Amino acid sequence: MPEAVISAAALTKKYKDFAAVDGISFEVAPGESFGLLGPNGAGKSTTMRMVGAVSTRTSGTLRILGLDPDQHGPEIRSKLGVVPQADNLDQELRVRDNLIVYGRYFGIPRKQVAKRADELLEFAQLTDRAKSRVDDLSGGMKRRLTIARALVNDPRILLLDEPTTGLDPQARHILWDRLFRLKEQGTTLLLTTHYMDEAEQLCDRLVVVDKGTIMAEGAPSALIREYSTREVVEVRFGSDRNAEVATLLDGVGERIEVLPDRILIYSDAGEAALAEIGRRGLEPITSLVRRSSLEDVFLRLTGRSLIE
Amino acid sequence: MSNAIRARRWGSFYVAEHRLLAMRSYLRTLLVTGFGNPLIYLFGLGVGLAKLVSANVDGATYLEFVAPALLATAAVTVASEEFTYPVLAGFKWNQIFAAMNTAPLSGLQIVNGMIIGVFCRMLPTVAVYFAFMLLFGAVPHALGVLAIFAAVVTGLALGTPIMAFMATIKDDRGQPALIQRFILIPMSLFSGTFFPISRLPIWLQWIGWISPLWHGTQLGRVLTFGLVEPTWLTAVHVVYLGVLIAGGWWFSARIFTRRLSA
Repeated sequence: MPEAVISAAALTKKYKDFAAVDGISFEVAPGESFGLLGPNGAGKSTTMRMVGAVSTRTSGTLRILGLDPDQHGPEIRSKLGVVPQADNLDQELRVRDNLIVYGRYFGIPRKQVAKRADELLEFAQLTDRAKSRVDDLSGGMKRRLTIARALVNDPRILLLDEPTTGLDPQARHILWDRLFRLKEQGTTLLLTTHYMDEAEQLCDRLVVVDKGTIMAEGAPSALIREYSTREVVEVRFGSDRNAEVATLLDGVGERIEVLPDRILIYSDAGEAALAEIGRRGLEPITSLVRRSSLEDVFLRLTGRSLIE
Repeated sequence: MSNAIRARRWGSFYVAEHRLLAMRSYLRTLLVTGFGNPLIYLFGLGVGLAKLVSANVDGATYLEFVAPALLATAAVTVASEEFTYPVLAGFKWNQIFAAMNTAPLSGLQIVNGMIIGVFCRMLPTVAVYFAFMLLFGAVPHALGVLAIFAAVVTGLALGTPIMAFMATIKDDRGQPALIQRFILIPMSLFSGTFFPISRLPIWLQWIGWISPLWHGTQLGRVLTFGLVEPTWLTAVHVVYLGVLIAGGWWFSARIFTRRLSA
C-alpha cells in the first residue's frame, strides 16, 4: 500500500469520563474511498472532527497527509474539504458568494476563486441558482452546495459526514454520481453514513464502528462474506406464529433470526432453503429470497435494539 | 506566496470580508439608521430640548453637551447589534464559525475579523453622525474631529466583552435582548448622556464610573468643546477603554478557540 494519507492508531477522544472514540485504528490510502459505518452516537462525527484537524484528540496517534494535526492544524485543514453533518452554509450570502467567501478563507486570490466558483456551480448543477438565497434552495441543492464549497480549495481529502441523510432518492442518486466522479478523479474520500446502500455504492473499504470502537473492517463484499451468508430468506407466518414456527426450522440455512414480524434464514442457497421449508409442510404467508447486504452485516455487528 | 501562507497571514481580513458581504444583506437598514438617527436625535434635541435647557451645562450649550454622548451612543448601538446576533448565529444558527474553522482559519483570526468588520461599519456610521453634528453647530473645537475615534473606541470597549460573553452562550434564551434592556439602556441613562453624572446621588454614580459609555462620552466632550477635567481623569478614560478592548479581545479569542476545538 502506498503511504497512507490518513493514519490513526489507538485514537481516543474522551469528554470527561465518557469515551466518544475509544482507541480506533485505521489507515486510508491515497485515492481510496473509506467509510465509517455505525449507529447514531457511535463516535463517527467525533472521529471526523479529529481527522479534520479541528478537534484535539485525548490520546493515540493521528497523521493526516503525514502531519500531526496537533501541531499543523491550519496546514492540514488547508488541504482538506469538509462536508459536515448539518449544512453550515452562510444564509446571509447568496449561493455563489458562499463559494467565493469560503474560497477566500483558504487564501485563494479573488480572480481565481471566482473562476473556481463558476466551475463548482456547474459541477453541483447549481449554475442557474448562482444568485439565489441559500434559504430558497431545496435540501438536495443545499447539500450539493455544501459539497461544492468543500471542493473550493481542490482538497486532497474530502471528509463527508452523512452526506445524504434526509435527502429524497433522486437527490441522493445525483449526489452519489457527483461523489463517484470525484473518486474517479482520484480524490480520497472519507465518509460516515448509516445507509448501507450508500456504503456499498461509494466505499472501497470500511469499518463498522459501535460505542467508539471498531467492530469489523474490510471491503463491503468481504464483510458480507465474513459476517453473513450469500443469501437471506425472509418468511412471514404472522406475528403470533413466527416464534412457534421457528422451532420447526432447525437445520434450514446456517443461521436463523426470529424477529417479531418475520423470520430471517441466512443461507448460501436461498431457493433451496425455501423449498425445504415447503417440504416440512410449512406455508409462509409471504416469502422472499434476496442477496445478503451490508445491512445484514451491520445489524449483526451492532445489534437490533435501539440504543439512544 | 502559497495560499496556505496567505491564509495564515491575512485570515483575519478574509473573515472581515465575510462580515462586510453579510452586511450587504441589510445595507438599506444600515443606511437609513446611519443617516436617520443623527438627523432625528440632533434635530429633536438641538431644536427641541435645547430650547428648554437654556443654561450652560459643564461649560457648553446643551446641544454641545449632549452631542458627543450621542456620538458615542451611535458607536455603542452598532456594537450591540454586530457583537450579539452575528456571534450567536456564527456558533449556533448556521455555524459559520465552525465552517471558517474547518477552513484553515483559527479562533483568533475569526475574532480579529469580527472586530475589523464591525470597525468598518462603526467608523463611517460615527463619521456621518459627526458630519451632522458639524451641520448643527455642535462642535466648537477644531480638535473635535478626534471625537470620532473616541466614539469608535467606546463602541469596541463595550463590544468586545459582549462578544466574549455571547461566545459562551450555548442556547439562545433571549440574552441579547436582556443585554439591550438591562445593560445598555440603563447604562445610557446613568452615563452622563443627558446630564452630568455629578447630578446623580452618589450611590448611583458608580454606574457611570464603570460604564465605558461614560468614559467615552467624557473623552468626546474634552475633544469637542474642551470639557474641563483633571488630566489624570482624561488618562483614566483612555486607559479604561483600552483595557476593556484588550480584555474583551483576549477572552473572546480564548473562548472562540476553546469552543471551536471542543
